[in-house]
Amino acid sequence: MAITDRAEAPVAASTLQVLAPDGAVVPGARYPFELSDADHVGMLTAMTVTRRLDGEFVNLQRQGQLALYPSCLGQEAAQVGITSATRDNDWLFPQYRELGAFVVRGVDPAGIGHMWRGMAHGGTGLIEKCCAPITIPIGTHAPHAVGYALGAKFDGVDTVAVTFIGDGATSEGDVHEALNMAAVFQVPCIFVVQNNHWAISVPLSAQTRVTDIASKAAGYGMAGVRCDGNDVLACRVVMRDALLRAREGRGPTLIEAVTYRMGAHTTADDPTRYRSEGELELWRRRDPIDRYRSHLVAAGIWTAQHEERATETGERAAKRLRDEVFDAPMPDPLSVFDHVLSRRSGELERQRRQLARETGRDAT
Amino acid sequence: MAELTYRDAVAAAIAQEMERDESVVFIGEDVGAAGGVFKATVGLLEKFGPTRVLDTPISEQAILGVAMGAAMTGMRPIAEIMFSDFFAVSWDLVANEIAKTRYMTNGQVTLPLVIRSGNGGGSRFGAQHSQSVENWAMAIPGLKVVAPSTPRDVMGLFAAAVRDPDPVLFFEHKSLYSLKGEVEDGEILDELGKAATRREGKDVTIVALAAMVPRALAAAEQLASEGVEATVIDLRSLVPLDVSAVAASIASTGHLVTVEENPRLCGWGAELSSIIAEENLFDLDGPIVRVTTPHVPLPAADTLEDAAMPSASRIVEGVRRSLA
Ligand SMILES: Cc1ncc(C[n+]2csc(CCOP(=O)(O)OP(=O)(O)O)c2C)c(N)n1
Ligand SMILES: [Mg+2]
Repeated sequence: MAITDRAEAPVAASTLQVLAPDGAVVPGARYPFELSDADHVGMLTAMTVTRRLDGEFVNLQRQGQLALYPSCLGQEAAQVGITSATRDNDWLFPQYRELGAFVVRGVDPAGIGHMWRGMAHGGTGLIEKCCAPITIPIGTHAPHAVGYALGAKFDGVDTVAVTFIGDGATSEGDVHEALNMAAVFQVPCIFVVQNNHWAISVPLSAQTRVTDIASKAAGYGMAGVRCDGNDVLACRVVMRDALLRAREGRGPTLIEAVTYRMGAHTTADDPTRYRSEGELELWRRRDPIDRYRSHLVAAGIWTAQHEERATETGERAAKRLRDEVFDAPMPDPLSVFDHVLSRRSGELERQRRQLARETGRDAT
Repeated sequence: MAELTYRDAVAAAIAQEMERDESVVFIGEDVGAAGGVFKATVGLLEKFGPTRVLDTPISEQAILGVAMGAAMTGMRPIAEIMFSDFFAVSWDLVANEIAKTRYMTNGQVTLPLVIRSGNGGGSRFGAQHSQSVENWAMAIPGLKVVAPSTPRDVMGLFAAAVRDPDPVLFFEHKSLYSLKGEVEDGEILDELGKAATRREGKDVTIVALAAMVPRALAAAEQLASEGVEATVIDLRSLVPLDVSAVAASIASTGHLVTVEENPRLCGWGAELSSIIAEENLFDLDGPIVRVTTPHVPLPAADTLEDAAMPSASRIVEGVRRSLA
């Protein structure tokens, strides 16, 4: 039986929170008063759309239309709260579960769907929205973000690099080296650890002996902060601070957003093998969307009409994904030779003609 | 006799060695509680407990470094690298440390460890989760490189790997995990470096490894219907490489076709071809033909991946070219 104590623990006092699970403002909280009603509506809409779209990805995979999909169910607040604080020219370096970040950036779901279907070697529509390709080799993208931030500093461009990593990814050497180098170079880079308590079957307690991942920041000489990752306003507040620090040249920040992976690791995983229904139930009661909606309804910001519009937007996004992905034709097999190098080498061209001959295709 | 899947054979092989020798321990990511992401290690944690079956943090360098250190104390660790692509994040340990320790200590420190890994394409996992990296390993002096094609060979070769005094990289093929095959009862122990002839034929020698073996056999079947009789040799290990089995076969067939899943440049077939060309040229009655994945990253789409990896029909075409 897996150890699940920490996932079941109440949210620690050192964790920045703005909204309690019932949506009430926590006494003494740092409320982001700078947000307009439209900002709030935009964030809850993005969370709603993310959840709908995420469900559609899972459905399409179950129907055999996608090779694989890692659901972000339950992590909408962390992804939307963090990303909505960024400017459109701040670069995001995602792991693979960050649909919410892509929704905020307005990435076309079709391009993401094509990638999970295998039609494209990587997601299309990401680069133009300042999103780096997703990275499945764990933690390897953290140094890329540091490099991007270094380049921005070099060029004097006002851009912050933001990398999303998982709690599991913090065990990788690449991540440690990235954190250290970011601090040494004092680059505008923000490391967002979505601590969703699981790395496939491995619970946080088997990943690290610290209970507070943000505390690792001290070891690198950088700012570290922990927030309730199911509280979109808490995520927004800590990210606002971190962005300001980065833009003012005061160096990188490690943010730990404490959340929970409500779904399976990916559609290829069965979490009932290693975690309990009780734990899941506990986190269901901390649902990030319900929490924010309760708050905005009580504040008179979110109306039935907003709910209806958000639902419609979600349906439209899901329909677009389905229309673009379902039974979509696969590219020509000889396209495997495209984009290997900037220009096809003679050797590659020879192999292309050979493969065409062997498979009875026209190589012209 | 029992019918086992390739995946069950992995778990059975690990269990066989852990039962036999208590210095054998098993370490990797998601290998215990989850039973492995390919379900090839189900039941081992329950059977041997958490002191001998260790679920680790996601730290490939530490996994291999720890396996190396434990091997220095006389243990016989089995380490898992989940996808062989992730050797890339831990390659220093393999290429600079594990492979060179015996040499750089004048034989005083030996590392009897096994690193097993899910290798190869055909599972639609895309460019970073589908590579056949056995030729990376073959390029490093100081390692043994094994890649079984049947459940029975998983058992026999794995036992040999664990008992071997040298570090062994043991490549399990992801698309073979659900393959079923007969496995004899009792302990199975093979010798590393012995190829197996899977089919005898007088006209051409087809040499293959791992998942390419069943494809070579399918090609041989098709060729037989055209009146061409092929020998199919399953190399089973690249280091040691059973050159004599191949040389003996081409001495009678006069034709060599290699079937490699690795990308074309510097694949194991290139090495084998060069040895045969150098030492057995006058036994050849036609060009050596290499059927390989082209020198491209593997795509994720099924149609593209199927086109890129050697298929039975491409092997048949390769044989025709050698015989022409
Ligand atoms: C270098 C490397 N090692 C192992 C894996 C296998 N793997 C894929 S996802 C994953 C878990 C990652 O957990 P975490 O960073 O917490 O992210 P989450 O899945 O929870 O979002 C593992 C071990 C991998 N993809 N890359
Ligand atoms: Mg995680």
